[in-house]
Amino acid sequence: MDFEYQAMRTFADSWGLVAMALFFLCAVGFVLRPGARRAADEAAAIPLKED
Amino acid sequence: MKFSTETMLVGLAAFLALLGAGFAADQPFRQHAYVLFVVLALATIFLMRRIDFSGDKMIPLRADRPAGGSGEAAGARPSAAGGGGSVAYMDDVVRYGVIATVFWGIIGFLVGVLIASQLAWPDLNLQPYLNFGRLRPLHTSAVIFAFGGNALIATSFYVVQRTCRARLFGGNLAWFVFWGYQLFIVMAATGYVLGITEGREYAEPEWYVDLWLTIVWVAYLVVFLGTLVRRKEPHIYVANWFYLSFIVTIAMLHVVNNLSMPVSFLGAKSYSAFSGVQDALTQWWYGHNAVGFFLTAGFLGMMYYFVPKQANRPVYSYRLSIIHFWALIFLYIWAGPHHLHYTALPDWAQTLGMVFSIMLWMPSWGGMINGLMTLSGAWDKLRTDPVLRMMVISIAFYGMSTFEGPMMSIKSVNSLSHYTDWTIGHVHSGALGWVGMISFGAVYHLTPKLWQRERLYSLRLVNWHFWLATLGIVVYAAVMWVSGIMQGLMWREYGEDGYLVYSFAETVAAMHPYYVMRMLGGAMYLAGALIMAFNVYKTIRGDIRREVPMGGTQTLQPAE
Repeated sequence: MDFEYQAMRTFADSWGLVAMALFFLCAVGFVLRPGARRAADEAAAIPLKED
Repeated sequence: MKFSTETMLVGLAAFLALLGAGFAADQPFRQHAYVLFVVLALATIFLMRRIDFSGDKMIPLRADRPAGGSGEAAGARPSAAGGGGSVAYMDDVVRYGVIATVFWGIIGFLVGVLIASQLAWPDLNLQPYLNFGRLRPLHTSAVIFAFGGNALIATSFYVVQRTCRARLFGGNLAWFVFWGYQLFIVMAATGYVLGITEGREYAEPEWYVDLWLTIVWVAYLVVFLGTLVRRKEPHIYVANWFYLSFIVTIAMLHVVNNLSMPVSFLGAKSYSAFSGVQDALTQWWYGHNAVGFFLTAGFLGMMYYFVPKQANRPVYSYRLSIIHFWALIFLYIWAGPHHLHYTALPDWAQTLGMVFSIMLWMPSWGGMINGLMTLSGAWDKLRTDPVLRMMVISIAFYGMSTFEGPMMSIKSVNSLSHYTDWTIGHVHSGALGWVGMISFGAVYHLTPKLWQRERLYSLRLVNWHFWLATLGIVVYAAVMWVSGIMQGLMWREYGEDGYLVYSFAETVAAMHPYYVMRMLGGAMYLAGALIMAFNVYKTIRGDIRREVPMGGTQTLQPAE
């Protein structure tokens, strides 16, 4: 196991950052996709179904 | 119920603790092992008294017994599930959790008032066991991990069952989580008083207590995940997302931050795997994410369930809550370096921590707006429902402290605020205001439901609690702003000759009146919690106080 510091941080502030930013944008895009409102409304009603 | 296996295991553990005391490498470990032995021995005796000796596998008593009807005596209690009736929820452990929350809350607040008094009147430092240095971690751990942790475990068990419409996974594993966590609390607390500490803020327990917490936490994750897997609801409600991120992240933080090498197998002392600035950064990566994922994400899970329940309306925007979730977990994990401004930490890391802290303002306020707007169209309920009022003030304090935090993380502000009482004030507006108030709201919501009472013993007392707690926080936070900024300004004051104007002792003397007022604010908060304990006790007993309903009996004026 040989983790070279510079290689690790270069990966973290380039591809690692891009990957995480893309994941976040996809998550937001998925939440705001057309037709998500109905699913969201159903999910929002879950706590009120039970006592 | 048969606890024979469990009883034997606890008894064996008690014996091992005794061996640990006998072969201890140092005196603190010996004392701590004796504490563990006494706790486990008492638990063994308690468990033995609960073993049901009437089952088939037991040798019958000599006196003739009528056939049948013997095994069911203690076991099957009627299910506590309300309304739905289809799923039998496991609520006993939640009931214990609610009581433990109230109990540890009072202990934690009491120790807080005590150490605030010690700062004001140093004579109250009773050496060596009850001095400030030992009681301060006792206070922080008691309020964060004992009060907050029990509130989170209890409510997460309650919420995950309701929103998944499934019984808790793993049978008695949930009981192991509850009692194992209490054992962790007792060992951590007694360790501090005995002077056993790793000296890592909010992670003071030594290596063997850390290992125990890891085991309990993995069991907690198994119970929670297992319940999610067996859910009957297709969607995983957002509160569970927050709870799950809290459990998973705390596991990761706890393990990495506590990587250390014990000096001896039966010794209390250990050394961190990291050193120097790496150790400091690991510590604050842990420390700030304990704030982010324990005190924020976990309690947001609470907010996203209990506020809609108490207001009887769905959350304002479910999609905003999902964005809140992802933004929060993506940003929070980077904010830790702001605790190390102007230290040996590389400059870029400090700036990174500052930038992410400022960005955190947005999701935090998104969540606050989401929580508050859940009441839109139902604001009138605040007039008659002090429990809802408590939840709303907690969200308001969430908004306030998540504005103050990013502001304080700015380097130029931090150069004034850091190491001063302003930081303490900020922490308490978040902890007393947000964490405390939302937990009180959840306790008040849960108590009548869990014990099948029509309502709380007294809503008027909830109102008293609300005002005592709110005014207590306001006193506390305002006093700490004044004393903290004064302290920071005094520290940096230069005279014309280029020398510092004040000695450190002069700044301490100047803060005395504020320390006294801070103690009074804390005492008000404690008084409110005592009222809650009384109210919860009376509710569990089934008493109802006759009182004029909140909001009076106003008659509506006809519109003209």
